[in-house]
Amino acid sequence: MHGRRAPGHAHPPAGRSARAVSTPFDFVVIGGGPAGLAAAVQARQLGLTVTLIDEQPEPGGQIYRAVERAEAEGRAAALGEEYRHGLALARAFRDCGATYLASHQAWQVERDGRVFATDGTASRLIEGHRVLVAVGAIERPVPIPGWTLPGVMTVGAAQILHKSIGLLPDAGVWIAGSGPLTLHFAAEIVAAGGRVAGILDTARASIPGTALAHLGGVLRGWRYLAKGLGYLAQLRMADIRRVTGVEAVEAAGDSRLERVRWRVGSQWNEAPASGLLLHEGVIPNTQVTLALGCAHDWDPVQQCFRPRADAFGATDVEAIIVAGDCGGIGGARVAECRGRLAALGAAAALGRITPEDRDRRAEPVRRELEGHDAIRGFLDALYSPAPELLAPSDDVVACRCEGVTAGRIREAVSLGCLGPNQVKSFTRCGMGPCQGRMCGPTVTGVIAAALGVLPQEVGTFRIRPPLKPLRLGELAALADEERAA
Amino acid sequence: MREADAIVVGGGLHGCSAALQLALRGRRVIVLERRHVGRHASGINAGGVRRLGRDLAEVPLSVQGMPYWHRIRELVGDDCGFTACGHVKVAESAQELETLEKRARTVRGLGFDHEEVIDAAEVRRLVPALAPHCVGAMVVRDDGAADPFRTTLAFGTRAREAGAAIEEGEAVVGIERQAGSWLVIGTRGRYRAPVVVNAAGAWAGRLAALVGDVFPMRTRASMMIVTERMPPFVLPVIGAVGRALSFKQSPSGTVIIGGGQQGRADLDQEQGWVDVTNLAKSAGAAAALFPRMRRARIVRSWCGIEAEMPDRLPVIDFSPGAPGFIHVFGFSGHGFQLGPICGVAVADLATRGTTDLPIASFAARRFAVAEAA
Repeated sequence: MHGRRAPGHAHPPAGRSARAVSTPFDFVVIGGGPAGLAAAVQARQLGLTVTLIDEQPEPGGQIYRAVERAEAEGRAAALGEEYRHGLALARAFRDCGATYLASHQAWQVERDGRVFATDGTASRLIEGHRVLVAVGAIERPVPIPGWTLPGVMTVGAAQILHKSIGLLPDAGVWIAGSGPLTLHFAAEIVAAGGRVAGILDTARASIPGTALAHLGGVLRGWRYLAKGLGYLAQLRMADIRRVTGVEAVEAAGDSRLERVRWRVGSQWNEAPASGLLLHEGVIPNTQVTLALGCAHDWDPVQQCFRPRADAFGATDVEAIIVAGDCGGIGGARVAECRGRLAALGAAAALGRITPEDRDRRAEPVRRELEGHDAIRGFLDALYSPAPELLAPSDDVVACRCEGVTAGRIREAVSLGCLGPNQVKSFTRCGMGPCQGRMCGPTVTGVIAAALGVLPQEVGTFRIRPPLKPLRLGELAALADEERAA
Repeated sequence: MREADAIVVGGGLHGCSAALQLALRGRRVIVLERRHVGRHASGINAGGVRRLGRDLAEVPLSVQGMPYWHRIRELVGDDCGFTACGHVKVAESAQELETLEKRARTVRGLGFDHEEVIDAAEVRRLVPALAPHCVGAMVVRDDGAADPFRTTLAFGTRAREAGAAIEEGEAVVGIERQAGSWLVIGTRGRYRAPVVVNAAGAWAGRLAALVGDVFPMRTRASMMIVTERMPPFVLPVIGAVGRALSFKQSPSGTVIIGGGQQGRADLDQEQGWVDVTNLAKSAGAAAALFPRMRRARIVRSWCGIEAEMPDRLPVIDFSPGAPGFIHVFGFSGHGFQLGPICGVAVADLATRGTTDLPIASFAARRFAVAEAA
């Protein structure tokens, strides 16, 4: 294990590759969404040296994807006011003086603050005294019967196609699921002149008591509710069919999607479909923090794992900080606040500001955070995923990379596999290119249900490098550099 | 308190193999495994079943161990994913080829003829995808490869069927000598037997220390890379004279690249950490021999941790000081092929006090002697 070097110590230990001879940065940010951008800007304001690594060619992350380009091409207005908020953030970042490694994939982060990233050709090493992991959320896997058929994709994937290349669904496409994004995306399509066949809303038909308990939060978060009602009005005006109270959805077809089936109460219905877009909310992208060995806790409300972190995002690994949705789902505005707090925490930890100064500067951010956070409890309760999504029936594919069903996982459990990693060895579930991103939550859910214990006790897959599939030549380039040095 | 004829500590391949052979001889045997069978190096190694290029001291045991693999289904009721796909060690220069020829002569001189040196044309025929600069190779045509986790599991399952008890989730915290027998204290129970087998892999040194045996050893964390599935393009397992490389394509199409580049081991946390700077050397070696691999996508890398002795040979012997205490560890990165036969050797030691198998080079005392000299 390489020891951590004190801030300001510029001499790398022997054996590092040529590129590593450069001075480490105070603050390395992974992810160019609202958390990462806000953190970079804040850190620069505090005088820290900053590098931001992001897989996309432009700042914005998923939520503000391609916001600069959309603005330049006149498409941003159709994408809504909230989306355009990202433009100001992107511009502030462009002007803040941080080094910006766009179109770079961080594929390995080490506990001592070293980050390996590739531009698709060769890998390089970037060192940070503090590393902010701000890699956002992933869509919760929606393992329903037929979800691996061609023609079925997630709402998030469809939204990427729309935001980045302007692709719109046609009138044969159904949207199924719950969560703010389904309505938002449907409204976005309609506003852009597209169509969908209809929306199958799987949110709980009656607002559960747990959601009602959060009504105080709803009132404080009225801006968000107004947004949701606005989407519904837009969809009604466009005469988009919306089926509520949907309890089960299935995709059917021989070699590709042909029909979508759904159940309301005991009644099954069916309609032809050229596409099916699924979405059941988002969960933190914990690949990086899991690979780092940070402690994680099961969040029983959001039904997901999240890294254990303090108010400034510091994890139990000294050099590693988290902010934004990868630390717990809160949405774009919350992420932005948490990014600023993370930068303040890092500056204090590196001795650039005093703890008192940190707390003074953090105070207004915290107040803003409370306002944005107010509705979260309500949304979480309303959009809480159905139990069969976390632990689907035996014939449903859990791991699409290796074609492993939920039934195979249960069989492994009955043979004595008590955790995800043992199940992986038994079934190959999670051994494919996605490294268990898609099946990890399902595997944990199925094992927990089978054993009758909480997911916290079951744990998660161990995540091994690389964080994203990397070409062998890109990795080999690291050694080439070392030889040349 | 549970009584047995033998207690095996460690549910890796060597522990399960020893338990199987003891159970087949009608002995009551209990395996104590801290996590689960095949959790560490046994379950996640490269799966090479190789005689080619072994240390001369290991050649006799390795050669005698090979028939177990060719009849592995008879032994454990599963084929363990074993295929006799052959092993090829590539020479990239005339000088390297000469090294191989010299080695083959030496091995023939010891009375073994499994290693064969071939020319460039034959290498091309065996491995058409190999980079054109390779000038020849050494091959062992009926060496092979197996699925390591499946193999270890099969040995464990068969051992259970034969009557062995395998206690998973049971860690050994103490060992005491009591009335001519060993009392093994676990976190969940206590066990007594006249014979204890130390098959604790990377942790074998700590177990040995409990009975007063101190070995000069360190921990290896050999790293491996697995790629996405690719169309079949290479059948044998490939190594190289001048590179640390082990390269093979699995039946599923994924390519597994190893060769001994080291990550970092953490015995206390029971895990290994990949060192990507070292890993890059493995990637470079693979790409040098198979240029098409440059574009292959890496899905995952990992390392398995195990013990390494100063001479890179295992210890297969009674403890010098602790009666009835048998060591089988320290395979130093190449113990997988020896798994089946070492079970026999250990069972011989445990039941007869001696064995006819060629294990003299693996004596426990060799380190003590070296230190005294």
